[in-house]
Amino acid sequence: MEENKIHDDLAAIRSVMERSSKFISLSGLSGVLAGIYALIGAAVAYIVVYNNAPPYLDNEFLGSGAVHARDYSFITFELFIVALVVLVASIVTGFILTKNKAKRKGQAIWGKVSQSLLFYMTVPLVSGGVLIFIFLLRGYYGIVAPASLIFYGLSLVSASNFTFTLVKYLGLCEIALGLVAACLPGYGLLFWAIGFGLLHIIYGSMMYLRYDR
Amino acid sequence: MKVPFEKLDKAFENRLRLQIMSVLMVNDRYDFNSLKELLETTDGNLASHLKGLEKEDYIVVHKAFLGRKPNTTYEATEKGKEAFRQHLDALEKLIKQQKIN
Repeated sequence: MEENKIHDDLAAIRSVMERSSKFISLSGLSGVLAGIYALIGAAVAYIVVYNNAPPYLDNEFLGSGAVHARDYSFITFELFIVALVVLVASIVTGFILTKNKAKRKGQAIWGKVSQSLLFYMTVPLVSGGVLIFIFLLRGYYGIVAPASLIFYGLSLVSASNFTFTLVKYLGLCEIALGLVAACLPGYGLLFWAIGFGLLHIIYGSMMYLRYDR
Repeated sequence: MKVPFEKLDKAFENRLRLQIMSVLMVNDRYDFNSLKELLETTDGNLASHLKGLEKEDYIVVHKAFLGRKPNTTYEATEKGKEAFRQHLDALEKLIKQQKIN
C-alpha cells in the first residue's frame, strides 16, 4: 500500500466522522454580525428606556421586580420590537452565511446532524422563553436579562455535542454571565449587551479564524 | 522492521466501506438515505458494500417502518468496531514506518 493511499484513507475517515456527527457548517462571521446587531439593539433600547421614562425606571426600582406591567407597558412594546428586529436579523444572517458554508463544506444544511442540533437547542430555549413570558405577564421584569442569558447558555451547551466545542464554552460563559446578572439587578441591559453582543463577537471571530477560511 | 500488511483488514480496502464504518463508529445508528447523501454514492453501490460489511458481521441491519415508508438503519457490532480500531492501528504503524525509511 503506498503512502498516498494511506493519507487519503485517513483524510476520508476524518472528514466522514466529522460530517456525520457534527454540524461543521456554522458560520463564525454570522456570530460576529449577530453580536454587532445586538450591540446596536442594546444602544437603541438604552435610548428608548432612558429617554422615555426617566423618573421611575432607576436601577433599584427595576430590580425590585414588583412593578406592575401597566406602569410602562408602552416601553415594553418598543423594547420587544427592538429585540425582535435583532433576533430576526441575526437568524436571517446566520441562515444565509451557514447555507453558503455548508455548500462549501459539502454538508447538507437540513440533515440528521442539523436536526439534532436544532432539537437540543430548542428545548432549553423554548422552555426559557415561555418561562420568561409568564414572569413578564406577572410583572417580574427583573428576570428577563438573567433568565434569557442562562437559558440561551444552556441551549448552547446542550447543542454543542453536535458542533464545534467552542460553542460549549460560549454557552458556559453565557450561563455564568446570567448568574452574575441575577445578583446585580438593574443592569440587565448591560449584561445583555455583553452576553449577546460582546461574547458573540469574540466567539464569532474565534470561529471565523479557526474554521471559516 | 517488517511492514504489518497482514494486519490491514481486507474488508476495509474499499474506500466506501471504510467510510461507512467511520460513520458508524461515531453514530449509534445511521439510516440508508442519510448515508447515501453523506457519502455521495448510488443506491446499488452503497447497498452492495453494506451487504459486504454485514456478511463479515461488522454491522447489523435494523428494518423498520416510518408510517408506510421502509426505514433501514445500520449499527456497528463490537466485532466491527474492534476490526476498525485494529485497521487504524495498522495504518498508523505503516505511516510511522514510512517516516523512518
